Amino acid sequence: MKIEKDLKYTVSHEWVRLEGKIAYIGITDHAQESLGDIVFVELPRLGDKMNKGDEACTVESVKAASAIYSPLTGSVVEVNDDLEGSPELINQKPYAAYIFALEAEDQAELKDLLDAEAYEKLVAEEAE
Amino acid sequence: MKDTLIFEESREGRRGFTLPAAGISGGAKEDFLPKAYRRSTPAALPELSEVEVVRHFTGLSMKNYGIDLGFYPLGSCTMKYNPKVNEDVVLLPGFAELHPLQTAETAQGTLELLHGLITDLCGITGMRWGTLQPFAGAHGEFTAMKLFRAYFDHRKDDHRKKILIPDSAHGTNPASAHLAGFQVVELPSDPEGYVDLEALEEHLDDTLAGIMLTNPNTLGRFEKDIRLIARKIHQAGGLLYYDGANMNAILGHARPGDMGFDAVHLNIHKTFSTPHGGGGPGSGPVLVGESLEPYLPVPDIRRDGDTFRWASEHRPRSIGRVSGFYGNIAVLLRAVCYLRMMGSEGLKAAGTLAVLNANYLKRHLTSLFDSPDKSLCKHEFVLSAKTWKEKHGITALDIAKALLDRGIHPPTIYFPLTVPEALMIEPTETESRETLDSFVDTLKDILTTAKKDPEALHRAPEKMPVSRIDEVRAAKTPILRWRKER
Repeated sequence: MKIEKDLKYTVSHEWVRLEGKIAYIGITDHAQESLGDIVFVELPRLGDKMNKGDEACTVESVKAASAIYSPLTGSVVEVNDDLEGSPELINQKPYAAYIFALEAEDQAELKDLLDAEAYEKLVAEEAE
Repeated sequence: MKDTLIFEESREGRRGFTLPAAGISGGAKEDFLPKAYRRSTPAALPELSEVEVVRHFTGLSMKNYGIDLGFYPLGSCTMKYNPKVNEDVVLLPGFAELHPLQTAETAQGTLELLHGLITDLCGITGMRWGTLQPFAGAHGEFTAMKLFRAYFDHRKDDHRKKILIPDSAHGTNPASAHLAGFQVVELPSDPEGYVDLEALEEHLDDTLAGIMLTNPNTLGRFEKDIRLIARKIHQAGGLLYYDGANMNAILGHARPGDMGFDAVHLNIHKTFSTPHGGGGPGSGPVLVGESLEPYLPVPDIRRDGDTFRWASEHRPRSIGRVSGFYGNIAVLLRAVCYLRMMGSEGLKAAGTLAVLNANYLKRHLTSLFDSPDKSLCKHEFVLSAKTWKEKHGITALDIAKALLDRGIHPPTIYFPLTVPEALMIEPTETESRETLDSFVDTLKDILTTAKKDPEALHRAPEKMPVSRIDEVRAAKTPILRWRKER
């Protein structure tokens, strides 16, 4: 299982990559591995406003449909259209295949995200 | 065995039967049926001889696997044996030739049996009255959620929108609540797999509509704090719904009504021995306590002295019909037969043996797998193949496929989602000790192969008409119909 050192993480297994005020969001290698082959991604709409912890969209695999939660408060400024035709990109390159990007409204929320080390510990604890 | 569709076997002009000449003389075709209603081209029916048709369908039936052929330990979906006497009874002409538009006076026997069935199911679940209309378990869930909705609307309590559902619940629960206009909140389980009481406390406010629970839950464990949970939910103004999927475990031993539930649905096709899955239509009666009775669907079946009739006038607050007629009556009549054959002692014994069989298997299998818990279970239990995956690269899916080659229907896998590499096993009460021992031996044999030759398991199944299905392609680009080559 890969964990990228310079990303931030959530307890619900999303990753966050910050580029200025824009936060790119996807699901972790561990998440895609547990879900199995992903067959469908329901993307959020551009302009959607969401609060931290809101259900942002759904990822469907051969095993289950799972909600993706927004790690931050903000509005959707980009969605990864490539996933509509090729949802398997999430399985192939989980850290390259972002799902959507938010313009983060509250920088203070960033402090609640996990760093790579804390996320690795979380995954290890969950495995027990 | 051939794997062709009957359409592919068709040859132009081939016949199994020749229609006799029309017995009506005179007049052009137009006189019998106006042109607007007639086909412009003949129907594209397959053309085959009689023996070809017989071979085609016999071949298909031989590919089928069911409880009549062998062991079927499918967890979460009780797959018990259906006694053949049920079929004899339901094929009696008085039942088989009933028409849904027949008057109540001409179907008194059937109405009496259905009225008695509601009474019996209320006795089994500890409820007051109910409806037999819903066609399946999820339809029953939806009906019960509509009853919740009507209850709150009538009390002008319509801001109550929140339904709590444990994270181990069946996926249909959130779908049913959502369709009935509620907002679903997932309730985490505690480390032992029970409802997390602390997490429950956080949701006890005036937006709470209720909770949907399966008891025993999907891990096969009885929610021991159920009365406390019921008290807390009721004190907060909410209602409790009992998902009857796991009722087989407590038949004759415990009743949802006594636990504090306000509504129950039962899966007739699971607990009361009627065909299940691809084998036949389901049925999901809903039984309720006093608070929800005024909202039950109409028509109801009422008894006036010795006669039975359809009645709606006593339910002005009813949610209306949930079925065009009155549900899957032929399925319900099979359940009547099962209940009469078993009697209350027999039903209690079925519950006892279902739990005994599950614990016998659990005891023999726990040491071979990772088990979320080692304690006694109810009617089913969950194992995890996590260590097999890590050490030998053998997943729950590989084990399931290997079972197919060995003549056993695999258990449910990858459910509940809270257990990695889950195998969910429910043997039911009708299996003998020899069958259970043979299942244990078969799993041991598969695990020996997993150590010696894991590749062999990755190739499984090798004896089935098809091997591994491309699940991704089946989900993304399914081929749903046959098309004639042009």
